[in-house]
Amino acid sequence: MQSSFPILTLVTFTPLVGAAIVLLLPRERLNLIRWFALAVSLVTFGLSLVMLGMFDPSNPDLQLVERVTWIQVGSWTIDYHLGVDGLSLLLVLLTTLLVPISILSTWTAVEERVKDFMAFFLLLAMGMLGVFLALDLFLFYVFWEFTLVPMYFLIGIWGGTRRMYAAIKFFLYTMAGSILMLLAIIWLGLQAGTFSLPELIARGSIPAATQFWLFLAFAAAFAIKVPMWPLHSWLPDAHVEAPTAGSVILAGVLLKMGTYGFLRFNLPLFPEASVRLAPWMALLAVIGILYGAAVSYAQKDVKKLVAYSSVSHLGFVMLGLFALNPLGIQGGILQMINHGLSTGALFLIVGMIYERRHTRDVDAFGGLWKVMPVYGALTLIVTLSSMGLPGLNGFIGEFTILLGAFGSEAIGSPWFAGFAALGVILAAIYMLYMFQKMFLGPLDKDENQKLKDLNVREIVTLVPLLVFIFWIGLYPKPFFDLMAPAVDQLSAALQAAALAVP
Amino acid sequence: MGSDFLAILPLIIVAGWASLLLLADLFVPPGRKGITGLLASLGLLAALGVTIVQFGAQRPVFDGMLLVDGYASFLDVLFLFAGLFAITLAHDYLKRMGLERGEYYSLLLFVISGMMMMAHAGDLIMLFIGLETLSIPLYVMAGLARPRPESEESALKYFLLGAFASSFEVYGIALIFGATSTTRLAGIVAAAQAGTAVPGLLLLGAVLILVSLGFKVAVVPFHMWTPDVYQGAPTPVTAFMSVGAKAGGFAGLLRVFLLAFPALAPSWAPVVLWVAVVTMIWGNVAAIVQSNIKRLLAYSSIAHAGYILMALPAAADPRVGPLAVSAALFYLFAYAITNLGAWGVVVALEGSEGKGLQVDDYAGLGQRHPWLALSMVLFMLSLTGVPPSIGFVAKFYLFSAVLDAGLIGLALVGVLTSLISAAYYLRVVVVMYMRSGEAHARREGWLHATVGLMAAATLILGLLPTPLFDLASRAGLLSLAP
Repeated sequence: MQSSFPILTLVTFTPLVGAAIVLLLPRERLNLIRWFALAVSLVTFGLSLVMLGMFDPSNPDLQLVERVTWIQVGSWTIDYHLGVDGLSLLLVLLTTLLVPISILSTWTAVEERVKDFMAFFLLLAMGMLGVFLALDLFLFYVFWEFTLVPMYFLIGIWGGTRRMYAAIKFFLYTMAGSILMLLAIIWLGLQAGTFSLPELIARGSIPAATQFWLFLAFAAAFAIKVPMWPLHSWLPDAHVEAPTAGSVILAGVLLKMGTYGFLRFNLPLFPEASVRLAPWMALLAVIGILYGAAVSYAQKDVKKLVAYSSVSHLGFVMLGLFALNPLGIQGGILQMINHGLSTGALFLIVGMIYERRHTRDVDAFGGLWKVMPVYGALTLIVTLSSMGLPGLNGFIGEFTILLGAFGSEAIGSPWFAGFAALGVILAAIYMLYMFQKMFLGPLDKDENQKLKDLNVREIVTLVPLLVFIFWIGLYPKPFFDLMAPAVDQLSAALQAAALAVP
Repeated sequence: MGSDFLAILPLIIVAGWASLLLLADLFVPPGRKGITGLLASLGLLAALGVTIVQFGAQRPVFDGMLLVDGYASFLDVLFLFAGLFAITLAHDYLKRMGLERGEYYSLLLFVISGMMMMAHAGDLIMLFIGLETLSIPLYVMAGLARPRPESEESALKYFLLGAFASSFEVYGIALIFGATSTTRLAGIVAAAQAGTAVPGLLLLGAVLILVSLGFKVAVVPFHMWTPDVYQGAPTPVTAFMSVGAKAGGFAGLLRVFLLAFPALAPSWAPVVLWVAVVTMIWGNVAAIVQSNIKRLLAYSSIAHAGYILMALPAAADPRVGPLAVSAALFYLFAYAITNLGAWGVVVALEGSEGKGLQVDDYAGLGQRHPWLALSMVLFMLSLTGVPPSIGFVAKFYLFSAVLDAGLIGLALVGVLTSLISAAYYLRVVVVMYMRSGEAHARREGWLHATVGLMAAATLILGLLPTPLFDLASRAGLLSLAP
């Protein structure tokens, strides 16, 4: 279905136009630059809502497709090919939602080189949206690699004390995975003469042995990004050193590019290999869930705690996706959104206290509730959401994933889900432990006596996230409805592949 | 015969113009040598115009001594472009460094004519004449900054090792003549097919030619001269050397090995493959520890020679041949654009007496000269092979040829060493943006225009490479047929 109105192009490239204009604004007009960047990101959000309006939820196929020949050389063509379906729609919306929130969080946190910051931030937004919308493997790879560049600068210029180390580690780690994917992409393109994802899926017929290697090459890129245990060691460094807005986007969106990659490319392109490797992927996911939770418990630095909790939460997502049944995949997608909302909010919360106290050490706080009641209440809600309390979003996602994993034929054993459930309990322990040490107990540190509670801007950055935390927690049906047809179609294809695997 | 002269008109223009320029320069007063530079550029532009008009002609001329085809025309365009920008990079630099001599421009034109001969060579003797015409003026140019000892050292080192390498080529040609009683590429193929060639001698001759040209393009283990020569030579000369001399060497290498020795491919392809592997690994690993930007880019140029060399074993598979040659040509062009730009930034930051050449001297460039620093970021990303840049498209093209030939291991080495290269290219970016400092760049019009143009080309051709793809794919077919 070819779309006449290029809404996806508009969504993707509005931030680019914004970044170009930001570069032309006078360097010293800090507030003008901030308001302009915010306006651009809000326009992008508005455009993504238009996209939502044009989207037909009952149609499982790719929609609003735009396709023009981009590069033609020899026997193959590379297309500028965008499209959206139930698998990517929510992630696009999550991205366009988190970008303005992150920008709003930088108002007082970023004082230096604001112009460069906003330009890089908008470029990053473009890259991420491109990743979620691209349907041509070459185009996808261009966006995928491109996101490294602005993120590298965001960490390296505006980060903490070890920012250069963290920035280079982030870049090299993620590039290591993606270059293997690049070879696999070239190989696929050479075989088929096209880089178009839908055409490659329709072609199918990749021998199982080859699928295995191609699966691993793609998985190298995505597993590092997610990150799956044991490839996660870049994440704590990058998170701890990144500025708050960078962490929000890193956790909220960039990590989802990894899980989305598995969903969009690995599962449909290499279904037999996915079925065969599902137990192994599930095993790594469960190790990640437990390992991330255990390490989180041991952290003194709140930001590091949240970073490691991401390893645990994304383990759930991976477990859900590789359950390879509709429940698991839907839970996985929803949990991607949930993690973006909850962990994004947690990083904002950590950033707010860091701006006031310039430390993130849990032991430096205590009894904060008495001086900052609004902050305490909002943190409590987000904490409960992150640990999966019923009635809030995290519960819905994790519960659906566990249901999917219990019943999954592909991963073959209920033990995976059993151990993963243990992760939910561990999450409750480390999250509540952190909350208790920071907010409850006596207010015994002098520096904490005079802390100011949140101002209106800070509350405004958190409220939209809280709205969705409650909405998904209490009435998730609209969200499931958006993805269900596409997920059913994907899992039907996977079921067929499962029958083919001996 | 007359039409033969017409077919090689660009070569005649460049060589003739170089000789005239030597004379004309006598009448240009000292201190105004920019006029000589302008005249030289006009000659190059004229040759460029003729090349573009003639693009697409395909035939041997002068009884097969020279070959006119898309391959040679593509490379001619590359050489002429590199020459033009070697002039714009040098113009203010020579004045600033007190090196303003008219010889720079005429020597440059002689070098270019030598490169063009190598690209057009249909005979091993022609290849040798081209190589010497390329090399000898370049030795002089490396020593242009005399009496600076580094420059003299650079020239002497380049000369001694270069002469040694040339002698390998002569010896190789002699052996091939002994094996086939001809030096014509077509004759060698015919002799090999007819079975009249002595196989052992022929192979030994081919290996000696590989050594000699391997020296020119700086592949391991014939790369030892590169860092010292690149560091000592005046920076615009280095820029031209790293782009032009490399392209000239590859022009001869691909031409001779794919046209004259396809029958020996099972013997040389594995050797070349391993040379490429070792070059990519060593060039990139050694670059990591460099603190001088000229040495860093020198090792980077060694590494890139390794990437380009991957095309040769890939092209040994006749099915993949044209694709691999096109990919190598595209890569050479991409490398030329990116590298000229990067060297331009080096020229802008170089102070008197070798100051401003440490990577640490780039600290704070992002703040003080944002556009220059942004261009350098683009060049570094392009050299790494990160999109959106022409370097990424070039690597994509090259790896697709390598994979198409089934050399998966080679492609793996290629991407993994690219990862290593990211470490040192990014270090330059880190220093420019993430450290504060007092980086000082000259504000010279021609220089900044060149850097800006290269940056724009790096980005735009990275996003819209189709025209260059088309040209390269039309140039990829090497054939002896008239």
